[in-house]
Amino acid sequence: MNIILISILTMGGLGLFFAAILAIAFEKLKVEENPMVEKVLNALPGLNCGACGYTGCHDFAEKIVAQGSLDNLRCPPGGSAVVEDLSEILGISADEPIKRRAVVKCGGSTSLARDRAEYAGIQTCVAAELVGGGPKACTYGCLGFGDCAKACPFDALYIGKDGLAHVVFEKCTACGLCVTACPRKIIELIPCSNQIIVNCSSTDRCSLVREVCKVGCIGCKICERTAPGVYVVEDTLARVVFEKGDAAAEPAIVKCPTKCIVKL
Amino acid sequence: MKTFSQGIHPPYSKKETEDKPIVEASVPSRVIIPLHQHTGASCDPLVKVGDEVYEGQLIGNSDKFISASVHASISGKVTKINTYPHPCGVDVLSVVIERQTVQCLRSNASFGPSKEPFSRTRSHRGEEQRSARGVANVKSFSEVAPEEIRKIVREAGIVGLGGAAFPTAVKLSPPKDKKIDTIIINGCECEPYITADHRIMLESGKDIILGAKLAAKAVGATRIIIGVEDNKRDAIKKLKLEIRTQPEEGMYDGLEVVVLETKYPQGAEKMLIKALINREVPSRGLPLDVGIVVLNVGTCVAIAQAFKFGTPLIKRIVTVTGPGIAEPKNLCVRIGTSFSDVIAQCGGMIDAATRIIMGGPMMGVSQSLLDVPVVKATSAILVLGKNDKLVDDSFPCIKCARCIEHCPMYLMPTRLAALSENSKFMEFDRLNGADCIECGACAYVCPSRIPIVQWIKLAKFKVRQIK
Repeated sequence: MNIILISILTMGGLGLFFAAILAIAFEKLKVEENPMVEKVLNALPGLNCGACGYTGCHDFAEKIVAQGSLDNLRCPPGGSAVVEDLSEILGISADEPIKRRAVVKCGGSTSLARDRAEYAGIQTCVAAELVGGGPKACTYGCLGFGDCAKACPFDALYIGKDGLAHVVFEKCTACGLCVTACPRKIIELIPCSNQIIVNCSSTDRCSLVREVCKVGCIGCKICERTAPGVYVVEDTLARVVFEKGDAAAEPAIVKCPTKCIVKL
Repeated sequence: MKTFSQGIHPPYSKKETEDKPIVEASVPSRVIIPLHQHTGASCDPLVKVGDEVYEGQLIGNSDKFISASVHASISGKVTKINTYPHPCGVDVLSVVIERQTVQCLRSNASFGPSKEPFSRTRSHRGEEQRSARGVANVKSFSEVAPEEIRKIVREAGIVGLGGAAFPTAVKLSPPKDKKIDTIIINGCECEPYITADHRIMLESGKDIILGAKLAAKAVGATRIIIGVEDNKRDAIKKLKLEIRTQPEEGMYDGLEVVVLETKYPQGAEKMLIKALINREVPSRGLPLDVGIVVLNVGTCVAIAQAFKFGTPLIKRIVTVTGPGIAEPKNLCVRIGTSFSDVIAQCGGMIDAATRIIMGGPMMGVSQSLLDVPVVKATSAILVLGKNDKLVDDSFPCIKCARCIEHCPMYLMPTRLAALSENSKFMEFDRLNGADCIECGACAYVCPSRIPIVQWIKLAKFKVRQIK
């Protein structure tokens, strides 16, 4: 009985003593932080993905408060909800950003696009690209080693059985990390409202594209003629003008001879 | 015997071709000449489609300091100027020339009188014009000024023929504050299989010495050392004889041949400098920081020929060898000849051939196409058979430190590879990963078969990108 009592008293006493020190330290050594930063931080998604270009959400919050506006600052994962919250906190009005998502512009799966060599080195896209441009015959196509999937903090990309990178649109926050990770620069952030894209990134001339891939854009300009203004062909590669909307782009899908215009 | 510390002893496999004299390859009917065959800036084409060009005509040049001009290697018509695959794997803007008889565009009179009989490379082909620059008055060695030598080297488009293809004219133009006292001539040829330099030393000893002297004169060096590995005894003997019988004119006291131990990578310039005169090139520095210029023996011959006959660099010696080649040979090939053409002249490939490499097995570049042209950096075309397994499954590092024991640059390859794997590129840079010469000794000795060099190359690329 006595032993138990002594233990409780000692431990309890020590606990009180240290608690007192902590309480004093809390008051004396307090770091004054701008309460706004905390408010802003709470409004941010807290993913620390770095897509804004700052090291983590706290850094970004400090920057927002210091600047006092959202000009040139962007939180891609947060989207419009965060912008709304932040403008409320900061007492400003900000334009709602266009919600975007990533797409990999290559349809050259293992069955449709030819390989020119066997590659047995390090299994990353950058390493393969450095060894003479990678094993794929098309020097623009997706290499399929998944550098983008590894870079994605949201698990929104995966390498399918067809050897191409695919995006899970529900998970994608358009943070843009995959865009920088891809050595071939074939990932683009497009507005979520658009469904139709040109699923190719090759600026090679027609004969070369045909040689290496069955679904490559050959720059025939049929889409440009079918839907004038909606498609632009530059460098023998078609591009959708997203502002024109899907309805206008639709007719070209069936007209495209290599079927490289696709609906996601 | 002199050497550097660390390094490896791979099987040399040079027996196949080392006794075979250099044979002139047949003139191809079509050449693809890339406008970027060297370290530095690409050249701009100086010809148009449809132009008639003569052998040796300047077809590409650049204003940039670090660059080397490109010349037509056959006479004919320019049929295409487009991007074509380059043996380094990327597509490069190239000039395609179809062979045809071309009227002499410039008179032969522009040649100077040469003091020596016509060499092998000047075998006559009636209608063809031999010189590009038309050296109006070839001077003798004692008359020529250092600037003139640099000009000749620059105009002849000479690059380092050992494999890195660094423009030689740049090497011979050191900044004013760097005093060059020694020229080292690299006759090591430490890469397995390759015997091109060996044959050059046996067959063009005179030109090597003349080229070396010209280079020494261009930079004001007083000493010339020719380093040769001891597996090339005949070449050493031959060069020593040449030195003894060299002409009085332009005599150099400091001209000597030094025998080096046969070890890989003895021919890497930093290792060579350390072995021969015990100077260490500083981290991220160049040989000229320690007062040295290193030239390959083939480069010396090219300098000598440009000086004597005004011949630009349109041919090079290529060793075509390996278990996959029917008749291994040392060929003198025109730049732009396709690999398939060259291989066909060596009896073609045997059925068991598996892998085609430009250069040696240690530092060479694997090829995916046979249509790629021979470039100035092509020292060998190596075709491996099915018993030469180059790639193996790799296992985790067992921390045996063999790579560290063998790294000639005293780096920690295993650590560098791990940092690269984990994307710690700034840490990689702090550990001087940029100093790696990519010789492949670490990957060669690694019992876990980790592609260490590839990891390091990847990190070097990333560091460059970040900076």
